[in-house]
Amino acid sequence: MEETHRMDAGIVSYGAYVPKYRIAPAEIGSVWGADGAAMGQGLYIVQKSVPSPDEDTITISTEALRQALQRGRIDPQSIGALYVGSESHPYAVKPTATVVAQAVGAAPHLTAADFEFACKAGTAAIQTCLGLVGARMIDLGVAIGTDTSQGAPGDALEYSASAGGAAFAIGRQRVIARIHHTVSYTTDTPDFWRREGQRYPSHSGRFTGEPAYFKHVTECAHHLMEVAGTTPASYQHVVFHQPNGKFPQRVGKQLGFTDDQMRYGLVTPFIGNTYSGAALIGLANVLDHADPGERILMVGYGSGAGSDAFDIETTPELKSFARALGPSVESYLHGGTFLNYAVYAKFRGKIHMGGS
Amino acid sequence: MSIARFWRATPQRYNLGASKCAVCRQVYFPPRAVCPNCTHHRESIGKMQPIQLTGDGEVISYTVVHDAAEGFEMQVPYVLALVRTPEGPVLTGQIVDVTPSEVSIGLAVRATFRKLREEGKAGVIHYGYKFTPREPGAPGRTSPPG
Repeated sequence: MEETHRMDAGIVSYGAYVPKYRIAPAEIGSVWGADGAAMGQGLYIVQKSVPSPDEDTITISTEALRQALQRGRIDPQSIGALYVGSESHPYAVKPTATVVAQAVGAAPHLTAADFEFACKAGTAAIQTCLGLVGARMIDLGVAIGTDTSQGAPGDALEYSASAGGAAFAIGRQRVIARIHHTVSYTTDTPDFWRREGQRYPSHSGRFTGEPAYFKHVTECAHHLMEVAGTTPASYQHVVFHQPNGKFPQRVGKQLGFTDDQMRYGLVTPFIGNTYSGAALIGLANVLDHADPGERILMVGYGSGAGSDAFDIETTPELKSFARALGPSVESYLHGGTFLNYAVYAKFRGKIHMGGS
Repeated sequence: MSIARFWRATPQRYNLGASKCAVCRQVYFPPRAVCPNCTHHRESIGKMQPIQLTGDGEVISYTVVHDAAEGFEMQVPYVLALVRTPEGPVLTGQIVDVTPSEVSIGLAVRATFRKLREEGKAGVIHYGYKFTPREPGAPGRTSPPG
């Protein structure tokens, strides 16, 4: 075992937030002359979340972190680092992280920055916090993964791209889930991108599958289990990045995991692909249901491309953790207010209103 | 509103920063430097303590806006309400994630963090508090939201 990967830190608290509005694939397909219901079944997307016109990555991140602070009874002034991973930061220049830090009362004595790595910027932020905490540079760091991404109208991505986020406080004291190991797998793979100034992303169709998502996730998972000395049977729960419901199910089977191990970690079918938030909201749902002493494998993925994998184990501290002080992820999976495509288009700024 | 003017109000808009008179215990939002409630105002000078409201409250009156203020066109019809906080101050704010028919006097609400307005497509984005209905059975906030 490579002991250099072993961590002396973990998750102290967490919170997740998903906007209230939903739209179904059939409604989207009806506008574009496509069989949206079949598209939804193929992708395993039942519905996706839609942010209100007054919600963005900053507001969603703030809500998720406020919940984490409330549940963990954390003094915001104890936060030494705050990183927000997203590919939909509201500003091209001006950090999301500074607004979030100010809004939760963490400013001014902390370091803060925005991360971007397609859908895995949030897991990269967790790794950075682990490094800072492990090196004793800070006592507590916060990693957030949030997105309000969009697919071009009529594109396959439009059926899944949604909004949501999750925040994780990483520290050494009162750890509810210890992160034993983390490894990454990174290559230059152009499967999905958005050029500066472009409104919608581009992707290379089926190329986003085998050489991109599946290759990186499986290689990273194998490497982590090798380093940790574990097998799929060592884990009660597994969470993968979930751009749709189908990919994580397939990669889970390829790696030898059962549906039962993925039971709580798969949330995309009911809220859509929250990009940087996707794996993290899945992890939050697992922690909502886990008992102490349970082992969790999480593998994130970001196009471009890379994967971050984490070997996590819940601790006895989870018993006294105040989960009920925040809404459960489950409460976001069922319910919500459904929109028709016209209102959805208005909310997402897809209607040209004139002017510049 | 100028950037500087909005920025100066950040503690109130982001974190519901208020002040409490150490003499008569009255709470003010936005915060005040002197307590107008004390008979001798000078008594309160230097004794106004900064506090944060928890963000919980109750609708005591509201109106439904159909003719939107600039920047709110996408949200009509929307609800603007007077919310009484347990600490005392009454706040004016938008109730979001509801249809107007779901709002009534006495509705329990909770502060949420939302985008207030944008200075055009290239300008600064202003953020601050709005309110959402508080789910029945949801625990009260033990500490301020920020």
